[in-house]
Amino acid sequence: MSTRASDTSLEGQRPLSPHLQIWRWHATMATSIFHRASGVGNYIGAIALTLFLIVLSGGPESYASIAFLFEGALGWVTRIVMFLLTLSYSYHWLNGLRHLVWDAGAGFDPKVANRVSWLVMIATPIPAIVIWVLALGVAQ
Amino acid sequence: MTDYRTPISKVRGLGAAKSGVGHFIGQRLSAIALFLLLPVFLVAVALNSGSLDAIYALFSSPLGAILTLATLTAAIYHMRLGLQVVIEDYIHKPASKLTLLALNTLLCAALWIAALYSILRIAA
Repeated sequence: MSTRASDTSLEGQRPLSPHLQIWRWHATMATSIFHRASGVGNYIGAIALTLFLIVLSGGPESYASIAFLFEGALGWVTRIVMFLLTLSYSYHWLNGLRHLVWDAGAGFDPKVANRVSWLVMIATPIPAIVIWVLALGVAQ
Repeated sequence: MTDYRTPISKVRGLGAAKSGVGHFIGQRLSAIALFLLLPVFLVAVALNSGSLDAIYALFSSPLGAILTLATLTAAIYHMRLGLQVVIEDYIHKPASKLTLLALNTLLCAALWIAALYSILRIAA
């Protein structure tokens, strides 16, 4: 039987590595996927923050042109989007700490890794809620 | 065993990975910086979000301006490296991959310059 790489007759008959739909979801897999997704979310958040700073740098008149984003019903839509972004930062921050601990060579025992993954997912809302309690506390 | 590596490949010393541990170290260093900076920055913004005056006061104070710049510098550096890996993992067509990698780098450079200019303009 030919096993040369150029032989394509077996193409399509070879077993594929299991795709996402095949795997049963487990905690460490979920945290890994969410880390990427939240990373992309954080990227978008950083773009938004930079755009906001550009507008602010033009002075209060410049801010007035985007003030509608923070007023009335639309203001609450903006706050909800910002809260979701805060959740994304919160998750990436906590799970990033988990990755740094892994980089130090600790926490690889499957049971520990699973437990810490669940802990990260469950704890994610806490830092985000703290930030928003502080923000809404000073809101006028 | 025959050595198939060319002298230039040996001099570069990087092999099939094409780059060394620079990416790994840069990602971790910026992660550690962000782990410390991000909560301080978000708390500072939250506490000064009550009015436009408070926001301007934060960004124009020396500490607030430096905190914002440090956070955004670490964040933009970190996210350029992060999205680079995402692009390398999912985009396989060489032309698309190179284009997206270049756009990622240029967008992050533009964001950093814009953030730097804006903060200095507000703080000045």
